[in-house]
This record gives sequence, structure tokens and C-alpha cells, in this order.
Amino acid sequence: MANTAALDGINGLRDIRRSPASHLAAALEAGSVQGTVVLQEGPFQTMAAVRVEPRSEEGSRIASVAGGLPARSGEVGGADGTSVLWLGPSEFLVVAPEEAHDSLGGDLIGSLVAALGEAPGQVVDLSANRTTFELTGPRARAVLEKGCALDLHPRSFTPGTALSTEVGNIPVVLQKTAEDSFRLFPRASFADFLGRWLLDAMREFASPEVP
Amino acid sequence: MLLISCPNCGSRDETEFHYGGQAHVPYPENPTELNDREWAEYLFYRDNTKGAFAERWLHSTGCRQWFNMLRDTVTYDIQAVYPMGTPRPAGPSTSATSITAPEGAIK
Repeated sequence: MANTAALDGINGLRDIRRSPASHLAAALEAGSVQGTVVLQEGPFQTMAAVRVEPRSEEGSRIASVAGGLPARSGEVGGADGTSVLWLGPSEFLVVAPEEAHDSLGGDLIGSLVAALGEAPGQVVDLSANRTTFELTGPRARAVLEKGCALDLHPRSFTPGTALSTEVGNIPVVLQKTAEDSFRLFPRASFADFLGRWLLDAMREFASPEVP
Repeated sequence: MLLISCPNCGSRDETEFHYGGQAHVPYPENPTELNDREWAEYLFYRDNTKGAFAERWLHSTGCRQWFNMLRDTVTYDIQAVYPMGTPRPAGPSTSATSITAPEGAIK
């Protein structure tokens, strides 16, 4: 299934592909405050929605391909750069780097489909459904807390967990990848609004602190 | 803002949920045998309870699962959260009995 030539771009289509927040790239760079809070878009990740009963036989086949399914809200499964986010008791979102997509030489979607087989459930390629914002820096939590009702304090929201919730009234999956490092997965149509909302929330940290 | 305890996700804001109306309204066993009035009553007529009220909720921006909730319509006190398909739990005595109706409300 490996097709190394495809990585150069499928007939040039890869080069003309635009991510949902690509028009904000300059604004994201200008609005980021190095060492305080930095916002970037990490576009084109391979994503697959999986609906399968995790305790069933097909569930364990999917788990072996994806690197483990999370058992409850907040947990993140997966291995080797692949994250499996919990969306519901039998609903998961598999997030992998762009190269894992079948059209670029990977085999993630195909192997998930093959693992499910004819069993009840579904595997859908949702790579274009959501984009990824990466919010990092010591004030990243302060930015998110302006629009997220969850308790984001490290004592309850620990690295390696993900919760589906609302940030700035936008439904997102919020993943904490490390201390002071978050990934937000908004749907593509909300990327523009959420990007601008985050920039606005970050703006105060560009100014010197008022004593 | 209500804090609702989703059985899957824990306490979340009310804005993450979607209200599903009265719980435990059974689908008619023989819908074809209903006359228009009975059908309309099944579709549109609901209790307007003062006190403990069993209702359905959907955690629409979280786990997208339905559940039932026993809520006091006077005090907004959430008395029980229980799965779909299970019978209504016997909640504590409703506050409606202790609240006296305004004068002249009962004729």
C-alpha cells in the first residue's frame, strides 16, 4: 500500500490544498507572543471517525490497529503519534499525522476499514472535517479559561487527556498534549471564528502587565 | 446556569445539553387504531408538572448520549440522573407539596 511517490503531491493537488484557517496564518504569527502564548494551525491531520462497540471482537481489532481505544471520557488512546480521542461510549476520533492518510502513502483509513470488516460499526475518513489549533505557552490555560467552563487546572485536566466541550461557544475537542500545550479540534466552518476568538483572547498578553 | 451531571462525562454546563421534553411517554401500541384526538394527545399533550418532573436530556456537545433526569421544576434541584429505558426512580418528596398555592389559585 506504500506509495512513496504520492508524498510529492497527488498530481500537484497537495500544493493547492488550503486549510480552513490558512488565511489567518499571518495573523496567528503576528498575534502570538513568543514565550508567553503561541497559536498555530496544524493543518491536514488524518482523522477518522470510528463507531464501534469497544468491548466487542471488532472493537479489539480496531484497538489493535489504532493502538488502543480509550475507555471513558477524557482518556486518550493510540500509540506512535496516533491519538484516539473519546467522543462517546462507542464513538472515537482517530487523529494521525498527515502522512498516515492513504492518499499520501499511509494506510490508516484502509487498515481501520479492514479491521472493522463486515461487523456492525463504521469508519469514516473525516480528515477534512476538523482542523487543528495548537495553543502553547505558559499563558495558554489563561487564554482558554476565558471561554471554556471546564476546570482546566492541572490538578484535574492533566496532560494526555482530551474532552469534547465548548471554547468560545464553539464545540471543540480540547486535548492537553503536555503541560502548557493544548490542541483544539474545531470543525472547519468554525475555524475562522475560533482562530479570531483565540487571537482576541491572546491580545492582552502582548502588552506589559499592569502592576 | 445549571450544572448537569452527564452519566458519561461528569458535571458540565447546561449549555452543552439539549432538552428532550417529558420522559416516559410510551408510543401507542396500535397507532392505527387511535382517533385524531388520541393521536394529538400522544404527540403534543404533555404534563405541566409543578415539582419533580422526569425529562429527557441530550449531551449534544459532549458524548451525544441521551439520558433521563428527575428535576424539580420549582427549585431546579436535580434529584436523579438515570439511563434511558429504566423506570422513573422514586424521588424524594416533591417540593410542590410544601409550596402553598397562591390565594385564589384553586377554585
